[in-house]
Amino acid sequence: MATEQIAAPLPRIAPVPEIVAHDVRPEQRGWISWLTTTDHKRIGIMYLVASFGFFIVGGIEALLIRLQLAQADNTLLSPQVFNALFTMHGSTMVFLFMMPLAAGLGNYLIPLMIGARDMAFPRLNALSFWLFIAGGTVFYGSLLFSPPECGWTCYAPMSETAFSPTNGVDAWIFLIHLTGIGSAIGAINFIVTVANMRAPGMGWGRLPLFVWTMLTIAVLLAISLPVVATGVTLLLTDRHFGTHFYDPSNGGSPILFQHLFWFFGHPEVYILVLPAFGIISEVLPVFARKPIFGYKAIAASTLAIAFIGSLVWAHHMFATPSPYFVLMFFMLGSYLVAVPTGVKIFNWVFTLWRGSIEFRVPLLFAAGFLVSFLNGGITGIFVATFPVDWQLHDTYFVVAHFHYVLVGGALMGFFAGIYYWFPKFTGRMLSEGLGKISFWLMLVGIWVTFLIQHSAGLSGMPRRIYEYPDINNLELYNLISTIGSFILALGILVTIVNIMRSLRAGTVAGPDPWKANTLEWFTQSPPPVNNFDVIPRVRSVEPMKDIRREIERQSREREPVGVGARADA
Amino acid sequence: MRVFVRPQRAGRLLATGIPILVAALLVPSGTAFAGLLGPDVGASPNAASIRQLYYIIFALACLLFFGVAGLLVYMLVKFRARKGAVAEQIHGNNRLEVGWTVGAALLLVVISVVTLIKLPGIYNPPNSSAAGLPLTDANVLTSTGAREKLPPNRRALAIEVTGQLYAWRFTYEDGDGNNLNNVYAYEQMVVPTNTTVLLRIKSLDVAHSWWIPELGGKHDAVPGYTNFTWMKVTKPGTYLGQCAELCGRNHASMTARVRAIPPDEYQAWYNGQKERIREADRLAAAERKAQAGQQTAAATQQ
Repeated sequence: MATEQIAAPLPRIAPVPEIVAHDVRPEQRGWISWLTTTDHKRIGIMYLVASFGFFIVGGIEALLIRLQLAQADNTLLSPQVFNALFTMHGSTMVFLFMMPLAAGLGNYLIPLMIGARDMAFPRLNALSFWLFIAGGTVFYGSLLFSPPECGWTCYAPMSETAFSPTNGVDAWIFLIHLTGIGSAIGAINFIVTVANMRAPGMGWGRLPLFVWTMLTIAVLLAISLPVVATGVTLLLTDRHFGTHFYDPSNGGSPILFQHLFWFFGHPEVYILVLPAFGIISEVLPVFARKPIFGYKAIAASTLAIAFIGSLVWAHHMFATPSPYFVLMFFMLGSYLVAVPTGVKIFNWVFTLWRGSIEFRVPLLFAAGFLVSFLNGGITGIFVATFPVDWQLHDTYFVVAHFHYVLVGGALMGFFAGIYYWFPKFTGRMLSEGLGKISFWLMLVGIWVTFLIQHSAGLSGMPRRIYEYPDINNLELYNLISTIGSFILALGILVTIVNIMRSLRAGTVAGPDPWKANTLEWFTQSPPPVNNFDVIPRVRSVEPMKDIRREIERQSREREPVGVGARADA
Repeated sequence: MRVFVRPQRAGRLLATGIPILVAALLVPSGTAFAGLLGPDVGASPNAASIRQLYYIIFALACLLFFGVAGLLVYMLVKFRARKGAVAEQIHGNNRLEVGWTVGAALLLVVISVVTLIKLPGIYNPPNSSAAGLPLTDANVLTSTGAREKLPPNRRALAIEVTGQLYAWRFTYEDGDGNNLNNVYAYEQMVVPTNTTVLLRIKSLDVAHSWWIPELGGKHDAVPGYTNFTWMKVTKPGTYLGQCAELCGRNHASMTARVRAIPPDEYQAWYNGQKERIREADRLAAAERKAQAGQQTAAATQQ
């Protein structure tokens, strides 16, 4: 029908415009179009690229830290530079890499996965992104005067003007404020989009698991960000407007800062790792060629992790002067988080059961995620036990624990996602060969770097020290860790090369190179501005599988008349 | 059928190999590699209990890790894509879901129970041993805070630990109500062996954290608060530690030492310190008197 209409000769009458449009702006082109865009896909790409830029900067900071610690009593860096480096590294990786990377993936993928044509509030979406850029700029602007030296936690009273008189702490406060407002707006946008703009037929029980996790993150952000914003605002007024919220000599409480920070800081850990949970839940079934095992259990355990995870923040404060009851409550609460986490891990492992597993790069990263995150989760039981944590807290054991969760877990998951969705973002495939090299280098790098850090911590090495004496083999442990960090960096570099190469010369992907399950693969790669010309009705968690099956059925039915049809053509 | 044999053999190998491997790695405890897998052998009952608790959790953790990782590797190898292999379209299994939920919960119940059994030995200070410093009625303590635990006989040596940028100060409480004449030291704390020592941890400026790994866990020194812990050193020796909470540029050099010596040596050291303070007080008093005399002399001259 459609082709007939187009083919018909156009009537030779000049069209009479019914609406006279004044001031129609020509479509923006070039870099201006990126600055002014409200398209969720372009904003998503900008988030991904900018956060990856910050990732490289934060990674270089990490390598400098590892170089300084490679030898005992090293004098490569001064304590001032060292403190600034780990402050920048931690804050960058949390606020300028992982959070915006998740926002980028969410921005790009949520509307596509739920069959929507954009986010609910496209302009707010752009505002979120530019606030994130502003936060990063202000924070890195401090390099021009005096970068903060207070760690990513910036505990008061050390961050008060009496002990940190330079403006670095203020730059850190504005980083939290600006990226925090951006994330809070983004969170509201995600919640509204998912609640209202799902494709017909996509009930809550058919929402892709990645969207479930992003929705959960959005709720966590909306709950926890205002609290940390309050915390750092009080610090700001303490520093510049004469208040004494954290000053014990005037009735303030340094512990208050820690509570306000960790009330956000602990859910934040889940905010960082939940996107990876979502990615793994999408990637595993596609490459095992079977449905996710226990969809409802995984979705429910995501919510359970978020709920319990919001109530265990003070396990970061086991060494502070705290009553016995508080220690017990937060220990047992932290144990509880392990139950839904365990449920998830078993469901992922059983998704592979009796599958037909294709060892493509996203699957490899997903498997790497599983084994590394498993280790990070298990060491979590050690540090959740408060008497044991009294030995492990603030040592390299804890550094190893959360790097297993955030690098072995979240980063591996993100890389699975990048390799999985790159064809959708760009229309081109990433190289499998380079991807495999990158995966093995990263996996080996992560384990070499971080496994031995447990031993450094158990041998008495606290975190955040710029030098250490060579006792209890600390020098050996640290040297191993430094070597590992460079292997990891090499692995990441290979992926960067892979991306650069594929952008120009990658194999053309087509709309659905993986034979995947979710709606983003229904449209072209990269998707057009309006995403979908037709939005299909969703009948299961795996709409693309239904669509492929339907097409197969129809083509089978047509087979007997196939010869005749060809004769017609 | 042959497909099944290999993983089983691998499983048996793992089941016997892992405990042997763990045991082999545990052998060098007490040597330079003591901290490779767990905290070093403690020299105080609380540190020793923490170490035992750590190793119980470590054993369970090893079982869990190698079990699940082994299962993962088995799945990846067994169900890799092969010609003609068709994935079974399984959506889930409620029995398995309940199984691992309950299993995970049970494991945590076990860890909780073990922790609760070990906890009193870590949290509550014991009485001093007979071989320890003879504690007189002057050493009967009253709790200075709701969270301060005393030994059952309430007798212990109390030392105030004060963190400041970038040093630790130790003030030996003598119970006379006057803390100006107390013995104090920086950097090195001298304690008698086999004697319960209560630490009252404070800070003068920013948050620090008191940590001597072999003598128990960390306890933060937070300004405006007093934190409490205890130790009872069983072996004479010098134990090293350092501040474990970022406190500023020289955080890394905020070290501390605890030197544990037999009670009689300790008493001699303590008496010597006390005598020196008395001597210094006498000299200062004489100096003040002389100055006051000079001032009155000057005043009368005018």
